Amino acid sequence: MSDDHVYLSLAEGHDDSDARWAFGTGFEDPLYGVSTAVPENVDRAELAACCLALADDALVTAQRLAEWTTRAPELEEEVALANIGLDLLGQARLLYARCGQVDGTAGGEDAYAYFRDADDFRNVRLAELPNGDFAFSMARLLVFSSWRLAHFEALAGSADPVLAAIAAKGVKELTYHRQYAAEWVVRLGDGTEESHRRMQAAIDQVAPHLGELFAAHEARTEVLAVLRQVTEAAGLSLPDAPPSAAGSGREGDHTEHLAPLLAELQSVARAHPEATW
Amino acid sequence: MGMTARQAGSPSTDDAPPEFQERFDETIARDQRIEPRDWMPEGYRKTLIRQVAQHAHSEIIGMQPEGEWITRAPSLRRKAILFAKVQDEAGHGLYLYSAAETLGADRADLTERLIEGRQKYSSIFNYPTLSFADVGVIGWFVDGAAICNQVPLCRSSYGPYARAMVRICKEESFHQRQGYELLMTMMRGTDAQREMVQDAVNRWWWPSLMMFGPPDDDSPNSAQSMAWKIKRHSNDELRRRFVDMTVPQAEKLGVTLPDPELRWNEERGRHDFGTPDWAELKRVITGDGPCNTDRVARRRAAHEEGAWVREAAAAHAAKQAARTDKGAAV
Amino acid sequence: MSDTQAKRDGWPLYEVFVRGKRGLNHVHVGSLHAADDRMALTHARDLYTRRNEGVSLWVVRSEHIAASTRDEKDPFFDPSADKVYRHPTFYDIPDDVPHI
Repeated sequence: MSDDHVYLSLAEGHDDSDARWAFGTGFEDPLYGVSTAVPENVDRAELAACCLALADDALVTAQRLAEWTTRAPELEEEVALANIGLDLLGQARLLYARCGQVDGTAGGEDAYAYFRDADDFRNVRLAELPNGDFAFSMARLLVFSSWRLAHFEALAGSADPVLAAIAAKGVKELTYHRQYAAEWVVRLGDGTEESHRRMQAAIDQVAPHLGELFAAHEARTEVLAVLRQVTEAAGLSLPDAPPSAAGSGREGDHTEHLAPLLAELQSVARAHPEATW
Repeated sequence: MGMTARQAGSPSTDDAPPEFQERFDETIARDQRIEPRDWMPEGYRKTLIRQVAQHAHSEIIGMQPEGEWITRAPSLRRKAILFAKVQDEAGHGLYLYSAAETLGADRADLTERLIEGRQKYSSIFNYPTLSFADVGVIGWFVDGAAICNQVPLCRSSYGPYARAMVRICKEESFHQRQGYELLMTMMRGTDAQREMVQDAVNRWWWPSLMMFGPPDDDSPNSAQSMAWKIKRHSNDELRRRFVDMTVPQAEKLGVTLPDPELRWNEERGRHDFGTPDWAELKRVITGDGPCNTDRVARRRAAHEEGAWVREAAAAHAAKQAARTDKGAAV
Repeated sequence: MSDTQAKRDGWPLYEVFVRGKRGLNHVHVGSLHAADDRMALTHARDLYTRRNEGVSLWVVRSEHIAASTRDEKDPFFDPSADKVYRHPTFYDIPDDVPHI
């Protein structure tokens, strides 16, 4: 490699227009060759609502994962958590784009992410809860990714080809997220007295939110099967019949934690509404 | 664990037979690579460990100034780019710690040195990021300077370090481009955005020039490092390259570099430029920069707060191994 | 590994080998720390293949690799007592692997 042509030598093997590196861990366009026309038998409003809710779930979860940056328990986990965050951010962007295509607003992804208030967000409340300790973040990730995986598996057969393609791509990512979280729940549940105590507390905190998830998408059988398997391997107990949570983020009914999360997420964009980035 | 350099199979006592030193010198002279299990002089090993560790620490501490902006990035595209970039920096830190470990260093020990303030990292990361334009300017200046520094290191005499640098440089080139592209976009935006960019340029220019280290006549270890081909160019030479490279980019962008002495020198075929405030560099390096305390404190907090997690994983692994052994014995 | 040792030393070191694409050998790309084999594979995926560099990964505890020395006749080494080897080649994936 020649020192004198720094950029030329660095550019070798890279197509200049290839900016995909920053869009997550996958390089294939999941929508390549997929028609964006909305099939006639699909209810546009329903499809848009579905995309928006799933995008909000992913964006808010990615934001919480981003908060772990420079704070993870080990450097290798920095990389892993960022990978999961980037996958979810990628899902959010595809889903917002689809929403904009079908809801008649022709809104871009940033219109949804940056210029709606907390009341208009449709993410489940579980996603917006603060990160807590690593045990809580892993318990939440396990529940969230198991539930979202079941949801995406169903959506891979959606009548809308775009949503079906997004879901098919997401299934692979979520399978990995679930695996990552499950391994950590087992390690922490089995590890030391302290980690066991923290992990059990985390499971107990997350369990009451299952009701909200199942109301949004019924996946009781799949999710509980995973949770039983993992908690058993981890030596943890799963609360028997978790009570339903009081409200649902799907109705715009959020905890006090969403507004500050969005205030941070939207701060720069809203300070410069005329700007381009 | 607890493997030492000696156990790692790279004995490097300076009372070794003379043919060892001869073979080492020959390898360097022929521009070949020294590999982990080769004999090497103790000074070479120590210098390399220090350089590679400082480089690794810089990547890890360098996540902080930009990492602050991932949650606030003003578009989802910028958010994804920045998230991926900061993740890359964690990866680069890991590649480098990995290279340092081939020299018999232990990552836990290097981490301790960092969080106890006993080992340095690049002075540049002790400056604060005050607006989103800083993200762009860090990509353009800081990653640009890093590339100037690091591309020659792809030919460093120590194999694992050189190979780590190849991988890192390829990824860094994207980092620099994303920064420049962000600034170009901002310069096409509103007046407020253009002001943000110029302000960030003003704040980061001189600290970026300082990244190349003290001037050559005040850089006592440079000559030996260059003889060992650990370093390939002097600090001042690299600094000049950076200035020559950056000036036309600044013109194209439409920003002013804050140096009244900066001008093209036809005769020498390069730019003349002002002298950085070396007293400031000394202050920042010795711990008295604007953010030194915060940066190290954050790293220490993450390490300490993560201890129970790392211990739990190790305990689980030990239990699993014991269970497997028991199972096998039955 | 005793508790105090685990506290000080952190997780053990693993070497990582990546098959860049079908038809190629696994090539050593570097190392990482992990508590167990499963975690090492997860970390290897995230760290060394996050730009889609590989189709298959191997990880092995560094201390389980036996290595030759530069010169086996070298009197300085006692090959039978010398089983620890760390990193022979950090990164040597062929140029035709995309996105590297």
